[in-house]
Amino acid sequence: MPLLNTLPDYVLTTKTDELINWMRKSSLWYMLFGLACCAIELMHTGGPRSDIERFGATPRASARQSDLMIIAGTLTLKMALRTRLLYDQMPDPKYVISMGSCSNCGGLFQLAYSVCDGVDKVLPVDVYVPGCPPRPEALTEGLLKLQEKIMSERWLARAKAVEPIAQA
Amino acid sequence: MYFDYGITLALAIIGVLFMAAMIGLQKLLAPYNPFARKLMPYECGEPPTGNAWINFNVRFYLIALVFVIFEVEVAFIYPVATVYLDWVRRGQRLFALSEMLVFLLILFVGLIYVWVKRDLEWIKKVPD
Repeated sequence: MPLLNTLPDYVLTTKTDELINWMRKSSLWYMLFGLACCAIELMHTGGPRSDIERFGATPRASARQSDLMIIAGTLTLKMALRTRLLYDQMPDPKYVISMGSCSNCGGLFQLAYSVCDGVDKVLPVDVYVPGCPPRPEALTEGLLKLQEKIMSERWLARAKAVEPIAQA
Repeated sequence: MYFDYGITLALAIIGVLFMAAMIGLQKLLAPYNPFARKLMPYECGEPPTGNAWINFNVRFYLIALVFVIFEVEVAFIYPVATVYLDWVRRGQRLFALSEMLVFLLILFVGLIYVWVKRDLEWIKKVPD
């Protein structure tokens, strides 16, 4: 039986929450998943120059092992179904960074018949990174913002801000 | 003397306790939220269709065997050609050639056999 959101709001539980969150934010494994040209910048971000691995984020090949999904590129309607399935197959707790104009709102291809304008129509998004494409620094900033968000979550102490885990 | 095994015992106990602690912590702390779509087989986002155990024609077995004849032929001729270069330098040319021909002959007999058995043809006549 998980202890999730069950304990009262003691100092001990809130401090344990901070410890858990610190561990979680320091090992954000993102799924190796690129949709279009933003994926090139995503690869750069993982590369040696702007080394996102120093923040504990490392690519994983399977949805089963990843905590974070970075939507890098234009989301077509055909891919949107698959993306949703991949998101569903990630273990909880899971986060989504929408990277670039295309996945934020459809971007340049907004009016195309085949493009889903905005990944937030199919998934809950935590952080939006603007840019076309965003530079590696921008994506790193997005990851840091996500880490701030994770640090503000409370798992053991009775939840106030945390939304319930989605039943898809 | 038996005391030496104490270290192994201690390691085993620590190992079991460590694993129990890790699995127990995981049960306590991790969210548990299974639903049908999450438990589907992972096929890179594609919905899986059909069965993984499919039938294919048993005659591909023969094709694979015939392929081995040609593949072994090519795979062995190249190294042999370089290794036997020494023999050629020593003036044993005919011997090297006959070695190679014997090897090719054995494989050629296999090819003839397949040919005679009509296994090179995909459409076969069933004997009455």
